Amino acid sequence: MDTTRRGVLKTVVTAAGAAVAHDLAQAQGQDHDHNHSHQALPSDPALRVKSLESLLVEKGLVDRAALDALIDSYEHKIGPRNGARVVARAWTDPAYKQRLLTDADAAIAELGYGGMQGEHMLVVENTPRVHNLVVCTLCSCYPWPVLGLPPVWYKSAPYRSRSVIDPRGVLREFGLELGEDVEVRVWDSTAELRYLVLPERPAGTEKLSEEALAALVTRDAMVGVAKVMARRDGEPT
Amino acid sequence: MNGVHDMGGMHGMGPVQNEKSEPVFHAPWEGRLFALRRAMGAWGKWNIDTTRHQVELVPPAEYLELSYYARQFVAFLEMLVKSNLVTRGEIESGVPAVGQPKATPALTAEKVAVLVAKGVPTSRDVKVAARFQVGQRVRARNINPVGHTRLPRYARGKFGTIERDHGVFVLPDTNAHFRGESPQHVYSVRFTARELWGEQAAPRDTVNLDMWDDYLEHA
Repeated sequence: MDTTRRGVLKTVVTAAGAAVAHDLAQAQGQDHDHNHSHQALPSDPALRVKSLESLLVEKGLVDRAALDALIDSYEHKIGPRNGARVVARAWTDPAYKQRLLTDADAAIAELGYGGMQGEHMLVVENTPRVHNLVVCTLCSCYPWPVLGLPPVWYKSAPYRSRSVIDPRGVLREFGLELGEDVEVRVWDSTAELRYLVLPERPAGTEKLSEEALAALVTRDAMVGVAKVMARRDGEPT
Repeated sequence: MNGVHDMGGMHGMGPVQNEKSEPVFHAPWEGRLFALRRAMGAWGKWNIDTTRHQVELVPPAEYLELSYYARQFVAFLEMLVKSNLVTRGEIESGVPAVGQPKATPALTAEKVAVLVAKGVPTSRDVKVAARFQVGQRVRARNINPVGHTRLPRYARGKFGTIERDHGVFVLPDTNAHFRGESPQHVYSVRFTARELWGEQAAPRDTVNLDMWDDYLEHA
């Protein structure tokens, strides 16, 4: 009995180990052509996706130019700069902010944004007493038209598992410590509503133009894992 | 289904790893796969709920082990075969089976801009009575379906308050399995963190979930 159990464990560990080794090899760009028993694990995703694409093109099921256009849209056109413009407009135009908080779809469309994975938008406002945090515990729902495609951490098990049970701990890891007087509101994107956080406008930015304000707004602040700082010294997104 | 994808409240997953200056795609194949999934989706053989459920069906150990796009790839291959758009033999060989007429792509380059700009709305303009009103106290039903659901385990059986009525939307639980759209109201339901997690939670904190009529019962 004991031997059998050990045998099973060994198999499991070996399979997992092989996969991890495989992933590491991937990350380091090494050549490898081993085939382990896990059929579901793509043995070489780059080659297999390329082979699948050729097959689908050959069958007339996909148009390569359409693939290029899709990739171009999300690599170069749609990203957190869109959301930053929405936020800056809301900071400088009270009537716009009101429209944004009551009918986000229409207000975001005023700036020319909307569409795939942002068909139904909601904007939630941070104040000195309320801090909003957006997550999708079940998969990776994220407001593409205003933030682009989600970063790896947003789709990761640590963020998805902990944001709802320990939001303050997660925020601390992002360098944000909130007082007990602040109410943390977590939004779990379980349906087709997509959430954008309207961060607080930092003090000392009264004289900045809308464009200069937009340059301060980060992706992380619009997900709710950071605040907007008067001066950017973080990453360029 | 009570799968590992339903992660809300789990422990042991480690700290959040925030990569600085992260690229949109970490390798070209991720972008190609991302685009292939949209382009094949245009054939209308499945819907967003079907694809989500297919990812949930990736066995738990592999689900946790695979990167996001690797997981999507595994699920995508299954979708292609199940929908009879390609055969396993074709995937293995990389060559179309002989004697098949060549199709015309459903998503052409010209249609991409429209797809991106319009998306695929899941709200439905049909008259369905709302079972609950804003401000009403409700309880999330204790259901454990083996199929697709968007009611996370951590909220089942918990009491909350209807904060907003979003209108009428397609129900994933039936739509994922091609059993109809079952259009019904979706609400933003607010739960206190203490209702969900007990005394360890901060007293003021809350969690909102979007929930369909079928997920709720009167408190």
